Amino acid sequence: MALLEVDDVVVKFGGVTAVNHATFTADSGVITGLIGPNGAGKTTCFNVISGLQRPTSGRVRFTGRSVTRWPVHRRAKHGVGRTFQRLEAFGSLTVRDNVRVAADIQGGPLAWLRPDLGSGRSGRLAIEALLDRVGIAEYADERADSIPTGTARLLELARALACDPKLLLLDEPSSGLDETETDAFGDLLKDLASEGCAILMVEHDMDLVMAVCDEIHVLDFGTIIASGDPAEIRNDPAVQRAYLGYAEVEDDTSVMEAIS
Amino acid sequence: MSSLFAFTLLGLFTGAAYAIVASGLVLTYATTRVFNIAHGAFGMVLAFTFWDFTQRQGMPTLLSLFLVLGVVAPAIGWFIQRFVTKGLGEGPVSVALVVTVGLLVGLIGLAQYIWPPEPRILLPFHPETGWQVGETYITAHQLITIICSIVVAVGLYVLLNRTRIGTAMRASVDNPELLKLFGGRPDTAASLAWAIGMSLAALGGILLTPVVGLDYYALTLLVINAYAAAMLGRLKSLPLTFAGAMGLGILESWAVAYLPTEGFWSTIRPVIPALFLFAIVVVMPQAQLRIGQVKGIVSAPVPNLRKSMGWGVVLLVFGYVLIGAVSRADVLLIGVAATYAMVMLSLVLLTGYGGHVSLAQFTFAGVGALAYAKLEEPNLTGLVLSAVIAAGVGALVALPVLRLTGLYLALSTMAFAVLMDKMIFQADYAFKFNGVLATERLSIAGIKIESDTSYVWFMVLCFVVMAVALLTLRRGALGRLLIAMRDSPSACGTLGLDLRWFRVGLFSASAGMAGAAGALFAGLRGTVGAADFLYFQSLLVLLLAVVFGVTSVTGALLGGTALMLLPVWQSSSPELAGLLFALLGFGAVLLGRDPNGIANNVFKLGRWGWGRWGGDVLGDLDERVGGRLAAITRGLSGNLMRPGSPSPARSVDDEIAADELDAPLAGKVV
Repeated sequence: MALLEVDDVVVKFGGVTAVNHATFTADSGVITGLIGPNGAGKTTCFNVISGLQRPTSGRVRFTGRSVTRWPVHRRAKHGVGRTFQRLEAFGSLTVRDNVRVAADIQGGPLAWLRPDLGSGRSGRLAIEALLDRVGIAEYADERADSIPTGTARLLELARALACDPKLLLLDEPSSGLDETETDAFGDLLKDLASEGCAILMVEHDMDLVMAVCDEIHVLDFGTIIASGDPAEIRNDPAVQRAYLGYAEVEDDTSVMEAIS
Repeated sequence: MSSLFAFTLLGLFTGAAYAIVASGLVLTYATTRVFNIAHGAFGMVLAFTFWDFTQRQGMPTLLSLFLVLGVVAPAIGWFIQRFVTKGLGEGPVSVALVVTVGLLVGLIGLAQYIWPPEPRILLPFHPETGWQVGETYITAHQLITIICSIVVAVGLYVLLNRTRIGTAMRASVDNPELLKLFGGRPDTAASLAWAIGMSLAALGGILLTPVVGLDYYALTLLVINAYAAAMLGRLKSLPLTFAGAMGLGILESWAVAYLPTEGFWSTIRPVIPALFLFAIVVVMPQAQLRIGQVKGIVSAPVPNLRKSMGWGVVLLVFGYVLIGAVSRADVLLIGVAATYAMVMLSLVLLTGYGGHVSLAQFTFAGVGALAYAKLEEPNLTGLVLSAVIAAGVGALVALPVLRLTGLYLALSTMAFAVLMDKMIFQADYAFKFNGVLATERLSIAGIKIESDTSYVWFMVLCFVVMAVALLTLRRGALGRLLIAMRDSPSACGTLGLDLRWFRVGLFSASAGMAGAAGALFAGLRGTVGAADFLYFQSLLVLLLAVVFGVTSVTGALLGGTALMLLPVWQSSSPELAGLLFALLGFGAVLLGRDPNGIANNVFKLGRWGWGRWGGDVLGDLDERVGGRLAAITRGLSGNLMRPGSPSPARSVDDEIAADELDAPLAGKVV
């Protein structure tokens, strides 16, 4: 039994079917990629998993329990963390305070009433360590609405990590990062997975996906059209059609170059 | 059976009039996303205008009707949309609410100024005509009302579904920018919606005036009926709004017919719209969290503990000197100002920090006062218990709207304020109708604070304690959470924060603060009654809090003082009483977009003066007395100038802080 099981999920917006009977899993210690063309329903899947969107039908199971009807915060408390494609950093707080908010929320209502009078030294050190690990320590004192997009994505990652998630949903985490930063980011993901975290990632950077993912699901028009490891996905004709339209494709390598 | 039929029919007539008012409300809200709390107030002013045309100017009824519905009302609607509410829909809900509450108060003031209180009668149309249908007598006025509502329903249907501009109106709800790209004109659509909405408010007001009377407040409160009806259609669907209006009209009619005319049930009639509203809100489905909202906003910086304590001591000393210097009557007025300031402090927490609007804050003070009077525990325990009871009532009000968004919470608070004002406070188990309850002053550790001067000073002390506590919380985890929640509720949810309970907790804490203020007020007055806690007072509290700055403690202090002075000025020149309301209301319309309010300008002035002269004086002091005194002065004046910049030294940080203060409450208002 996998940590996360998405079972036959359908999401309809009026007459549009955004997700069409999608079934896939993500497991602890594994980096799972969710790829597909724009509008394929990847972010909607994330919203269903994290609880921001009720599915029209189907089930989501997490740690073996059905969480389909659970509200967002309850899933978060049980270990579902996520970042957003359209950034949701707390713009008027500093980078450090963004992460502190996450820690505060974990602390519970009584901790909120505690004034900041030099208490909680250990917690503060943990936050600095987290910022350092993600690689944004130098931005700690800047307002979150003034930092570059790539940095803000890393900030969202740090914020999610502060909640100590079992499952991490990353929505296009590498867009806005340069090549060196992307490499470092890939290493960070592998690190997190080796610590036992399940990572499910929507990503357009195929080099990164192929380099770090252990398993990949391909979504097209709301339907999972292929699942497998990077090599299988690379050679799957259905995937090639989805990415290049319905033209006949003969040369595999040229297709993959086109994708990346 | 036949009487049931008769009363149902009667209910349909009122329902038809409600439907007309409500459809105007839905039309403006759906097209521009601005909920016009002043919808009923506009209906009231236009009904007065109609009275003026027909009775005072003596114009023929049809001509007056045409002038009011076809010229005056659309012109006002166009003007309001163009110059007052334009762009409010894209901003935070709280700003739009404050601006329209400002309109409401301003219109009531204006009406009182133009048409001073005196009995006025607006006859029904064709008062002598009527028909006997079975056992029921139907008047021409009722028939006209029904016909009007049918015409409105059909007209709106054709407009929205069969015309180009109607399609544009429906499209501009979802995405005005996109509409513009496709060659539509969202501004025209919005103006038309407001023009029609205003005419419908006028028509409904005129049709209902023979029933409810030509009264400033009764017609203004029609907005609650309209809102209750519109809620059935989630402020979107016109057919459901009509159904809701008819249902409400019939319920009211049945209540008149079948409920006892004595005791508890007799008081229920005026609050049926409010009860109807709560019932609908409870069964409404959960609102979905929105992702991808506007963010990157202000947070007025907060002074540190040393500065806030320092200023607290200054205020206490100033209060002590002032209380000693003025007459007894004025001492009591200072106590009243402290009460208002404390209630506004509760709004600083809820509105200034939390971004939620309450239109019932003074009602919660009333709950606190009632609890204090009934408990008969004139000591700290009684004070705390009163606050806890008010907090509990606040939680009860917030609970039904737990699953909904801020707009519904604010509107429900208005219904709650009316409910308390018209029913609960006047009930026999509370203050009684026109009655008062005696209250004693507080004792602490067995020592009673008997004299006016010491009691009022104690109230100032309470304000200072509350303010310092509030600022301390604001600097800590709670303050960060409040900002985070305004910046991105969705992100807070995915980090594990239960937004629903957080909101209830916030609302309840704020109600508790107001309740404590009310309990202290009860002790100050010696007797309290329902008349001390009218729902209208809550609107004034909100407006003055926003005008003077709802994001800072200083704003609450200034606002409280101003609200205390308002009736003093009004009684010194009664003929201008209405005009003062109008000034206040329309002032709030102008200033509502900047919740940092007048206090912010005081800070700016202080900073400017400091930069010009303060620095030099300080330099001198530094040389003579050494840095110590200077450091203290610097700490104190830093706070005066601006709540919470790290230090008065002009650093880059300060410039940012100053800019932040200029920005609106939450999000960017275009």
